Amino acid sequence: MIRTASTETTPHARRFSPARLVAIVAALSIVAALVFAVAAAFGTEKISFRTALLDPGSLDARILFGLRVPRLVLGAIAGAALSAAGAAYQGLLRNPLADPFVLGVTGGAALGGTLALVAGSLVGGAALQGGALVTAAAFAGAVVATLLAFAAGTVGGRLDPTRALLAGVVFNSFAAATITILKVAVSPEKAQELLFWLTGSLGYESASTLALAGLAVLVAMAVLARQAHALNLMVLGDDAAAALGVEVQRIRLVVFFAASLAVAVAVSLTGMVAFVGLIVPHLMRLAFGPDQRLLVPASAVGGAAFLVAADLGARLLFVPLGTELPAGAITAIAGGPFFLLLMRRRSA
Amino acid sequence: MRRIGRREAQAAEHDAPGSGDAAGRFDASPAERGGRAKPIRGVRIEARAVGVFFPGGREAVRGVDLDLRPGEVLGVVGPNGAGKSTLAKAMAGLLPPSSGEVRIDGAPAGSLGRRELARRIAWLAQDVPPDLTFTAAEVVLMGRSPHLGVLGLDGPGDREAAWEALRATGAAGFADRSMVALSGGERRRVLLARILAQEAPTWILDEPTTHLDLAHQQLALRLARDHAERGGATLCVLHDITQARACCDRVAVIAGGELRALGAPGEVLRPPLLREIFGVRFVEVTHPETGAIHVVAL
Repeated sequence: MIRTASTETTPHARRFSPARLVAIVAALSIVAALVFAVAAAFGTEKISFRTALLDPGSLDARILFGLRVPRLVLGAIAGAALSAAGAAYQGLLRNPLADPFVLGVTGGAALGGTLALVAGSLVGGAALQGGALVTAAAFAGAVVATLLAFAAGTVGGRLDPTRALLAGVVFNSFAAATITILKVAVSPEKAQELLFWLTGSLGYESASTLALAGLAVLVAMAVLARQAHALNLMVLGDDAAAALGVEVQRIRLVVFFAASLAVAVAVSLTGMVAFVGLIVPHLMRLAFGPDQRLLVPASAVGGAAFLVAADLGARLLFVPLGTELPAGAITAIAGGPFFLLLMRRRSA
Repeated sequence: MRRIGRREAQAAEHDAPGSGDAAGRFDASPAERGGRAKPIRGVRIEARAVGVFFPGGREAVRGVDLDLRPGEVLGVVGPNGAGKSTLAKAMAGLLPPSSGEVRIDGAPAGSLGRRELARRIAWLAQDVPPDLTFTAAEVVLMGRSPHLGVLGLDGPGDREAAWEALRATGAAGFADRSMVALSGGERRRVLLARILAQEAPTWILDEPTTHLDLAHQQLALRLARDHAERGGATLCVLHDITQARACCDRVAVIAGGELRALGAPGEVLRPPLLREIFGVRFVEVTHPETGAIHVVAL
């Protein structure tokens, strides 16, 4: 004798249902599309959508489709990847402070990418400096960092979230120090380029690179969405989740590596864009509740909109000076205070 | 998860045990109060020479032989750190024994998949993480997980089971409240409801009466008894010797990781053994109304 409520009040609005998932993702997609349109319309050069659409050979069309749209797509992919991964890490580690950056996964990817860039610079071969190698090295770095956090956080076959996070913080320091040393080994121009990449900047990637990155992130997010219900159960604790049928160790590995794949793809293309994986999942949790089945897809769409918006700010804020900020600077400026606020709330 | 509306919740509060004049209905069994009274096909759990070592070499459980049979409530009592919870987890298939084996319906526990185990055994932890932000109804619906498909989508039958479970433990009145906003006793009732919703033939309950007021302690034990009477098996780790004596069919006394005594409560829970185990004097008293013998610590 279940009584389904037709007059639902606020608490019910937090619950999961397939219809609610569709509604939330659709609403967020509309927001993301609006942000995308605004970000496509504005830049250092004024363009006309009408000209760009009607005359494919025009300068407007080349700016819109050759530069801005690929950059926006990159921002959307990276934002979605980092946010969905952040939501998954927070569920997995039962800690709201977990995100790819704090866990050291971003640092690992940055170290891997830097090693590849420096190696390319030292050897001088164009092939070595290619994006594919940087991507592969960043991915390897993210995997190593993930393994380290996982290994350091596991005690007696069980993952201690606090230990994993502490290991990530320590690994971040190690990665930052190593990157600083590596920067000395390259030319000042290369070091400047490296610094810009590391701060988290959106550049211009080829359509094939974007397609590959998009595919990898989609696969990772599909895995995370598939395990979202298990992640819900894991907030009850490892034993309680296992008692409800969850293969805890296997799910943890699968989720860890799927999230790290997404982060690695993002970092290899954009560098260290900080705190997107922290802010967006928390905003989504505040708005829609803790259910990972809503949180992962909502964070992905919300993260895409957030990073595209941050990059728009990065592009426009310093236009009068004829320069632009890395998007990571905007997200870090927004994310730092947010992180401190979260810690205060948690310790209160 | 499908919702249990606020209006229903308010309506349910009037029906909930422990609220208002409904408190007097504790004498009714859950089945009589509207719960399901389907017979249960019981599962037998056998622990054979089970030993559990923790990292660092501490031996929490040593050479324990213990059966949990369909149709019984088996109490496990003993002092703090005796190994009761560890033994309970091993018998629930959650902790692989370092030595010996646990068999579930004759099959080694390790040979069964997690979902298969979860359909046979429901395990109640001592508590849940304190910062759990899911609502009580969501937590109870989680009990349906072993019965759901790959995406974890619940259906009307699952929501019905969750709703009945919430009512049976008197938790329907706060179904929509976040777990962080509940008292320890209310959270305990939600977790008990999750056990009911899981509909497993075997319950392994680690201190089911902790945090509960007296009325809800009785309710929790009555749920265990009712489950056993329908053919299910229940293992209860208990601290209250009086409750163990009154509610259990058999009692196992654990101390220092070893099984010190096993048998009918009246034979096992006697003052000399209890004094040896707990270091406290006990006496047996006869209840002036029922004539039942109770054992009481002095």
